Amino acid sequence: MRFVDEYRSEAAAQKLIHAIQHVVTRPWTIMEICGGQTHTLIKSGIDQLLPAAVTLVHGPGCPVCVTPRELIDRAIAIAQRPEVLFTSFGDMLRVPGSNTDLLSVKAQGADIRMVYSPLDAVKLAQKYPERQVVFFAVGFETTAPANAMAVWQAAQLGIENFSILCSHVLVPPAMEAILSAPGNTVQGFLAAGHVCAVMGYWQYEPIVARYHVPIVVTGFEPLDLLQGIYMTLKALEEGRASLENQYTRVVNRAGNPGAQQLLQQVFAVCDRSWRGIGVIPHSGYGLRPEFAHFDAEQRFVVTDITARESDICIAGTILQGLQRPHDCPAFGIRCTPEHPLGAPMVSSEGACAAYYHYGRQWSGA
Amino acid sequence: MSRMVQGWYSEVYTQEVNPDMDFTAGIQCPIPISDYPTILLGHGGGGRLTQMLIDGMFVQAFANPALEMLHDGAVLDLPGPRLAFSTDSFVISPLFFPGGDIGSLAIYGTVNDLAMCGAQPFGLSTALILEEGLLMADLWRVVQSMQQAAHQVGVPIVTGDTKVVDRGKGDGIFINVTGIGLVPPDRMVSPRRAQPGDAIMINGSIAVHGIAIMSVREGLEFETTLESDSAPLHTLVAQILDTAGDHVHVLRDPTRGGLASALNEIAAQAGVGIHLDETHIPLDEAVRGACEILGLDPLYVANEGKCLVFVQADHAEAVLETMRRHPLGRDAAIIGQVVAEHPGKVVIRSRIGGMRVVDMLSGEQLPRIC
Repeated sequence: MRFVDEYRSEAAAQKLIHAIQHVVTRPWTIMEICGGQTHTLIKSGIDQLLPAAVTLVHGPGCPVCVTPRELIDRAIAIAQRPEVLFTSFGDMLRVPGSNTDLLSVKAQGADIRMVYSPLDAVKLAQKYPERQVVFFAVGFETTAPANAMAVWQAAQLGIENFSILCSHVLVPPAMEAILSAPGNTVQGFLAAGHVCAVMGYWQYEPIVARYHVPIVVTGFEPLDLLQGIYMTLKALEEGRASLENQYTRVVNRAGNPGAQQLLQQVFAVCDRSWRGIGVIPHSGYGLRPEFAHFDAEQRFVVTDITARESDICIAGTILQGLQRPHDCPAFGIRCTPEHPLGAPMVSSEGACAAYYHYGRQWSGA
Repeated sequence: MSRMVQGWYSEVYTQEVNPDMDFTAGIQCPIPISDYPTILLGHGGGGRLTQMLIDGMFVQAFANPALEMLHDGAVLDLPGPRLAFSTDSFVISPLFFPGGDIGSLAIYGTVNDLAMCGAQPFGLSTALILEEGLLMADLWRVVQSMQQAAHQVGVPIVTGDTKVVDRGKGDGIFINVTGIGLVPPDRMVSPRRAQPGDAIMINGSIAVHGIAIMSVREGLEFETTLESDSAPLHTLVAQILDTAGDHVHVLRDPTRGGLASALNEIAAQAGVGIHLDETHIPLDEAVRGACEILGLDPLYVANEGKCLVFVQADHAEAVLETMRRHPLGRDAAIIGQVVAEHPGKVVIRSRIGGMRVVDMLSGEQLPRIC
């Protein structure tokens, strides 16, 4: 298949692995930001093909994983209301709240539907004017423009029975939180290519300057990741704190100005709570006052619902790269995809799910 | 296997054994109700939750030696001929899809389960559960399709049952088809016969049915010329068995839960390891493209016209040739082998040469956010 097979060639992968072996002279720890990257790394076995001196730690870039329990509880409370038709991307449905999850609530009779685009939720609102259609708007900068478009479109069409439960998060503040955390081990980053496709990579320039870490904007195919790892290691070995772009076929410095403009129109930067990490200042998007009537948390008065994170799940330290999934005593024992204690075990981008499904607990990587 | 046991359950139920009778009296429900107080969709997904239901509840409640073989059908040792017996229920939406419909799918599904036991099917029953308001024209279309499918397979539908449920309590039509087939006296095809050294083959591209259905499901329509692979496999299987006879150890149609779940079940039942090579698994380009876009792993997507064959390695080439000569096996390939290492686990070599475990499906595959 064109545009896929080229980036999964075994011969090219072997060349990059040799180049990595050649360039590495001492131990380094690199974090891939995005959960999609984590899954490619584990699924294609890259983690096992790298020299032992290279440690990959997995970053916070899984929107499902970082959504706090509190918000899941609020989503469940809204979805249980009889007038509500609750819509969500598929992989939010299994994430455990304090007592239950959206799939179980669906089984008990709530009208919860999986959609592939927030614009489908707007269509549902048009189709069922007597229902309150709510979309669970989670995601990083990647999904934010589509969600902004849904709100903007609903506003243009005068659709009043549509709202979003907004939990948008932003990558650069999370990277800064990781770099400034005590005990941080991350020496270089693979930045998330699709986030940069929207936002560009100029936002990372201050981080490189302030923390002296190399950052390489990296794609999602096996060869993208191997090349991104190589470029990061080369910068580290040469003592360069540089910002480089591996994903040139998609990303440029400026990003997508149309998408950025729409984001600014609909959303404003706000503080956000991250699962297991806590509140990170200026780390998310909320609706601007002129779109506040599309805010499901206000419409259904659920802001008084609060929740504590699990005492057992170590999602917070995993999402910051301080620990890895098999460091968790509950991993694969008390916490499995059937009985998840935290979101990273059920999300298709979660690090724990990757380790579990691809058998890293058995191969001992 | 999974369908067989579930079907066995519903068969008991629809025979309307005294409904007041608590037929699990004295047995404690082995699935912790506190974990799953309600049935989730994932319990029907063909993965670990389904297995939990089957192994934990049905097999324990209905325990008997024929059932405990956990094959695609039960082989009954009677005085005289050996019978294979299998049942399957079909609850598919939409009822009509590219490449088939619920009627032909139901006939082929049960015929295939019998074929996987090494049996020649010779009689089918059908039970139709119809929803109030179903268009008579749609029912007629489905019935004609069942008739044509049964005729093509050469197996009569000899008995049946019809029930109608209130509007909103069904999904148009639910169909159960039960079948009986004859197993030659010396034939032993069973998941437990998988042995280290066996070659593992499949008769063509995986994941076709699941993606074809998804392409027409409400809210997800995408343009494709893909058609379901729904087809009767009994002639292909007969030719495979003619080629390699007793050296064919396992036959399995990897339906719900896909290739990965079927292989995990076999590895667990036989206590062997399975080694796959990702580049050898046939995968149609359009199916692969759809999986890439939707974020689905084709290893877990349903098939309806595919057959896994485990055969002693020295007969593999001959079986492969036989399969490729059959219209349903043109793209047949050897996709892996049975190994003594890592018993119960399926391991795959990725396209770039890394290794990973292929786990059983957990619940249902859900498309991801980004």
